[in-house]
Amino acid sequence: MSEEFSTFINIGERTNVTGSAIFKRLILNDDFEAALDVARQQVENGAQIIDINMDEAMLDSKQAMITFLNLIASEPDISKVPIMLDSSKWEVIEAGLKCVQGKAIVNSISLKEGEEQFIQQARLIKQYGAATVVMAFDEKGQADTEDRKVEICTRSYEILTQVVDFPPEDIIFDPNIFAVATGIEEHDRYAVDFIEATRRIRATLPHVHVSGGLSNISFSFRGNNPVREAMHSVFLYHAIRAGMDMGIVNAGQLEVYDEIPLELRDAVEDVILNRHPEATEKLLELAPKYQGGGKVAQKEDLQWRDWPVSKRLEHSLVKGLTDFIIEDTEEARLAAERPLHVIEGPLMDGMNVVGDLFGEGKMFLPQVVKSARVMKKAVAHLQPFIEAEKNGGASSNGKILMATVKGDVHDIGKNIVGVVLQCNNFEVIDLGVMVPCAKILEEAKAQNVDMIGLSGLITPSLDEMVYVASEMERLGFDIPLLIGGATTSKAHTAVKIEQNYSGPVVYVPNASRAVGVCQKLISAETRPAYVAELDAEYAKVREQHGKKRTRTKPVTLEQARANRFDGDWANYIPPEPKKLGVTPVSASIATLRKYIDWTPFFMTWSLAGKYPRILDDEIVGQEAKSLFADANAMLDELEKAQTLQPKGVMGIFPAQACGDDIHVFADQQRIQKLLTTHHLRQQTEKGDRPNYCLSDFVAPQDSNVDDYIGAFAVTAGVEEDELAKAYSDVGDDYNAIMLKAVADRLAEGFAEYLHEQVRTQLWGYAADEALDNDALIAEKYCGIRPAPGYAACPEHTEKQQIWDLLDAEKHTGMQLTDSYAMWPGASVSGWYFSHPKSQYFAVAKIQQDQLQDYARRKGWSVEEATKWLMPNLSD
Amino acid sequence: MTTTLEKITAIAQQRILILDGAMGTMIQRHQLTEADYRGERFKDWHVDLKGNNDLLAITQPELIANIHAEYFAAGADIIETNTFNATTIAMADYDMQSISREINVAAAQLARKVADEFMQADPSKPRFVAGVLGPTNRTASISPDVNDPAKRNVTFDELVVAYAESTHALIEGGADLILIETIFDTLNAKAAAFAVQQVFDELERTLPVMISGTITDASGRTLSGQTAEAFYYSLRHIKPFSFGLNCALGPDLLRQYVAEIAKISECFVSAHPNAGLPNEFGEYDMQGPEMAGHISEWAESGLVNIVGGCCGSTPEHIAAIAAAVAKHNPRQLPQIEKKMRLSGLEPFVH
Repeated sequence: MSEEFSTFINIGERTNVTGSAIFKRLILNDDFEAALDVARQQVENGAQIIDINMDEAMLDSKQAMITFLNLIASEPDISKVPIMLDSSKWEVIEAGLKCVQGKAIVNSISLKEGEEQFIQQARLIKQYGAATVVMAFDEKGQADTEDRKVEICTRSYEILTQVVDFPPEDIIFDPNIFAVATGIEEHDRYAVDFIEATRRIRATLPHVHVSGGLSNISFSFRGNNPVREAMHSVFLYHAIRAGMDMGIVNAGQLEVYDEIPLELRDAVEDVILNRHPEATEKLLELAPKYQGGGKVAQKEDLQWRDWPVSKRLEHSLVKGLTDFIIEDTEEARLAAERPLHVIEGPLMDGMNVVGDLFGEGKMFLPQVVKSARVMKKAVAHLQPFIEAEKNGGASSNGKILMATVKGDVHDIGKNIVGVVLQCNNFEVIDLGVMVPCAKILEEAKAQNVDMIGLSGLITPSLDEMVYVASEMERLGFDIPLLIGGATTSKAHTAVKIEQNYSGPVVYVPNASRAVGVCQKLISAETRPAYVAELDAEYAKVREQHGKKRTRTKPVTLEQARANRFDGDWANYIPPEPKKLGVTPVSASIATLRKYIDWTPFFMTWSLAGKYPRILDDEIVGQEAKSLFADANAMLDELEKAQTLQPKGVMGIFPAQACGDDIHVFADQQRIQKLLTTHHLRQQTEKGDRPNYCLSDFVAPQDSNVDDYIGAFAVTAGVEEDELAKAYSDVGDDYNAIMLKAVADRLAEGFAEYLHEQVRTQLWGYAADEALDNDALIAEKYCGIRPAPGYAACPEHTEKQQIWDLLDAEKHTGMQLTDSYAMWPGASVSGWYFSHPKSQYFAVAKIQQDQLQDYARRKGWSVEEATKWLMPNLSD
Repeated sequence: MTTTLEKITAIAQQRILILDGAMGTMIQRHQLTEADYRGERFKDWHVDLKGNNDLLAITQPELIANIHAEYFAAGADIIETNTFNATTIAMADYDMQSISREINVAAAQLARKVADEFMQADPSKPRFVAGVLGPTNRTASISPDVNDPAKRNVTFDELVVAYAESTHALIEGGADLILIETIFDTLNAKAAAFAVQQVFDELERTLPVMISGTITDASGRTLSGQTAEAFYYSLRHIKPFSFGLNCALGPDLLRQYVAEIAKISECFVSAHPNAGLPNEFGEYDMQGPEMAGHISEWAESGLVNIVGGCCGSTPEHIAAIAAAVAKHNPRQLPQIEKKMRLSGLEPFVH
C-alpha cells in the first residue's frame, strides 16, 4: 500500500518564472548564481524532477533557458535529476532539448494548433529522446469537463502511439487542474472532473502517467495559505488514489492530511469533492479563521508549545519544524535517565507516526525528508552526551556498512536502524541512498566492515539486493548480509537472496530487531549457532514457499529411486492403529481456537511479523493488536452463536508401498485393495540425503511388514461462504474478510488438533506426547500430514483418493471442484504417515522420465500429466 | 532481400560476435614519419600531419587495409572504419575540414573492400563494416572555461551538421552499420544519434546503430557525469542494435559497468575494453590470453553479445578473445518492464 503513494513523483516548481516571483526577479536581474541555489534547494528538498520555465515577456526566454541549462550541467547536485523543459513556445523547448544530456520531459505539447503541428513536434521530441507532457487541449479549447478531458487525451494517445510510434510510457497527460470555489457554479465540479478523468485515463490508456499543476486548484484563496495548503493536500489525497502519479508541487505548500483541523478538512473536502451546493460558501465563511496572520492560527502556533515534551517532539517531527527541536530535545534529555532513552523513546515514537502517515499516503516524500532532518538534528544534539557516557576505552562493537540500494531513495528505516545501532555502540558507515552495488562492495572491502546492511522500499530494490548478494558471492565475500525495508520479506530473503550468497543472510523485519541480530552475528560465540538456526529457518521458509527453483543437478528417475529413503524395515515395526477404518470427527470452536497459528493470519492482512511479538511491533503493532482483538471478538461470537460448525473425517487403513505408489487396503491381510495413491519423487542430486517420495514412509510389499496410512479432511464449516456474504451484503467487507481469515485459521487449527488426536489416540503411536501450541506449530511432533497440492505431494487430483477413502462429502459436506480445489475455502485435507523418520520435503522439479512414468501409473496421457504437473516441470 | 539488421541479428542470437581491436596501436607499430602521413598529395600541406591517423585512408591505404585484414584473419566479424577523428570538427586540428568527407568515404571503401575479399574467400562467414563516428574533440555539455560555466565550444546543431556529413560519407563508402563510440559526453552522442536518424530519413534506409560509451574512471561515470544506466536511458530512444562500453579501462575495471548495462539493456550488449591500463611508458601490458580470460568470464556470466578490444589490443588479443568466447552462449535479451525511464546524471525510472 505504501508503495502506491510513495511512487508519486514530485516535480519541483520553484525554477519557474511564471510561478515564483523570487526566481523571476533573480533571472531578470541576471543573478544566475542565486537562481542555481533555488534549483539546488529544490532537489535537496526532495524534488525528483525539476521544472524549468523562462516564459516571461521581459526575457529572451530562449537564451535564458540555454544559459540556465548550461549552468545546471556543471552542478552535479542539481543535474543528477531529470529536467522538465517547460514553455509555451516550441523554440524554447527545442533549444532546451539541445542542451540536456539526460532524458528530459517536454512540458508541453497539445492538439491546440491541430494535428499536423502536434505530430511534427511529437516526432521531434522522440528524435531528441525525451518524454512529454500532453495537455488536454484541442482545436476547440482546453478541456474542462471529465468527458472532454478523457476524449482529448484518448485522441492524443491514439495519434501518438499509432501515427508517431511514440512510446506510451513516455506520455504524461495533464488533464488541467482548474480553480474551484470561485463562486461560479460551473467551476464546482472541476476537481471532481480532474479526479474522475484521471481515473478513466489511467484505466483505459495503458502505460501513461497523469500529472498536473497543483497550485491552480486553490487559486481563489490566494493570500490564505493555511486554506490553500489544506486544499492542496486534500486534492492530492484523492487524485493520487485515482491514479495521478506525478505533479508539480511546492512541498512547502502542503499540509499533512491528518494534521488539517477536522473542521477545515471537512469543509475543504466538501469543496474538492463537490459534496453539496453550499460547500464553497461554507469554506469562505470558515477561511478567515485560518487566515495566515489571523488570530486563530497564531494562537494555535503557541498552543502546541504547551504540550508535554514528547508530544512537542512528535509535532516537530511530523511538521518538519526545526525551530524548537534542540530546546525540546535538551528538555527531554534532562528528564531522561540516559540520553539514549530520548532517541529510543519520544524521537522514535515520533518517527513511527511519520512512517505510518507516509504509509497511509497522508504524508508525502518531501515532508518525510524534512522529518528525517529534524530527527538528525535531534540525534546530533544527543550524540556528544551519548559519547561522553560511554566508557572511555570502550571499543566499537563492530563495523556495519549500510546503504539503500541503487534505484531507491527511501532511507527512513535504514536511518532509524543506523541510529539504533550507533546508540548500541556499533560503528555505522552509511553510504546513503541509490548506492550502486560496486560502490557498496568496494567500500565494504576498503573499510573492512563486519557486515553489510541493505535497505529498500520499492519492489525493484528486491532484485538489486539479489544482485548485490550474487556479486558478494562472486567476489568471495563471507561477511553477513542484512536485508531490511518495507517490501523485503523473510520469504524473499530465503528464496531469492540467501540462495545467491553462501555467507550468512539475515532478514531484519524492523529496527528493533537490528541490534539483537547484529550482536549475535558479531560474537564468535553466538554466531555459528545463530547462523545454523537461520539456515534451518530459511530452508523451511523455502519449503513452504514450495516452488523453490532447483539449482542442483537433476538425476534420472532410476537413480532417484536407487537413492530412496530407507525405512529400515527389517528392524522397525510400524505401530498398529488403535482404530482402523473411517471416523467422523467434530470439534468446537472453543477447542480449535487454542490450536490457531496466528502468524499467517497477520500475513493475510499484509502485516509481517511473528505472533505474538507482532502485537508489540513498533510499526505494525498497533494495527496488529486491533486486528487480533477483532478476530477474537469474532471467534467469541462464532463460538456463542454456533453459526459456523467445524466438521471433519479421518481414517486409517492397512497399506503397502509399491514403487512410488501406495496401495490402500480394506483388510489386514492386504488382499482387498481399496485404491492406489500415487506419489512423486525428488529428482535432483541430493548428496548424502535421500531422494524422498512419500511412499518411502510406508513399508513396501516385499518387506512383509504390516503398515498403515491415514487420511483426513477437515473444514471450519460449510456455512463460511454464507456468513461472509451476510457481511458483504450490508457493505461490511472488513468483517467479510475477517470471517474468512478466521475460518482459514480454524481449519488449520482443526488439522493440527486432529493430527494430535491421531498421534495420541486414534493411531496412538505417541500416546505420551506433550507438546504446547508453539511446539506443534514448529512441527516438533512425530509423523507427518502432507496435503495434496503442497510441496511433498504437489499433484492436486490425488485429493480424490482421500474423498473416496473417507466418503468426505457425505461426512463433512466438503466438495472438490473441477480443478480439485476444496470447497469451502477454509478446508484442509491430507495423508498421515507414522514413520518416526518421516519428514516434510518438497518434490520440486521433476524430469521427463518421471512425468511419463507418473502418467502411466495414473492411466493418463502425457499431455494430461503435463497439465497437472506443470509447476513441477518448469523452473 | 534480408536487411543487414536482420542478418546480423540472426547471427547475434546464435553466438557472440567479435569486433576488431585497436587501430592506433597497430599504426604505431609502423613508426610512420611526417612524410609517410603526407604522402604525395599533401606534401606541401600548411599544417603538420603526423598523427592524423584518419588521413592514412588516403595516403597509406595499403597499410590500413592490411590492418583490417589482420583483424578479420584473427576472427573478427565486424571491423571498424578508421574514421575516429574524421568529422569536420575533429579535422579542424589539421585544418582539413574540407577533406573530412573524402576521408570518410575512402576509409569506408577500404574496409568494404577487405570485408568483401574475406567473404569471397569464405562465403559462409559474413563480415561487417562498422562506420565509426568518434566523439570529436569538443564537448557540448562541458564548459572549456572554468570561469564561465555556461560557455560551450560546440553546439548541438554544429555537431548534427558534422555528424550528418560523416554518416552520409560512411554509408556512401559502403558501411553496413554505424558505430557511435567512445562517448564521453552524452550530449555529443545525442547529436550524433539525431544526425544519423536524419540521414536515415533522407536516404529512406536504416542501418543498425551500435552505441558505445566510455566510463572514464573508477567513479563509474562518463566524463560528462552520467552513470552507465543514466547514459543508457539518454540514448535508448534510437533503438540501437547494440549498446555498450569501450576504452579508458581494462576488462577488470570495466566489468561492473558492463554488468550494469547487461542488466538493463533491451538490445545486444557490446564491450571493447583497453588491454589494461597504460604503464609508465604509455604502453599496454595486458596480453591476449589474460584479456581473453576476463572476457571469457563475462561471456560465461551472460553479460555480452559483442566483444572486441580498444587501445592496446592487437590481432593476437582478438584471436585469443574469439577463441575464448566461442564456447559460450551469447547474452539473452531480458524482458524489461515498460516504464518511463528518464535521466539526469542519474537514472530515474517511473
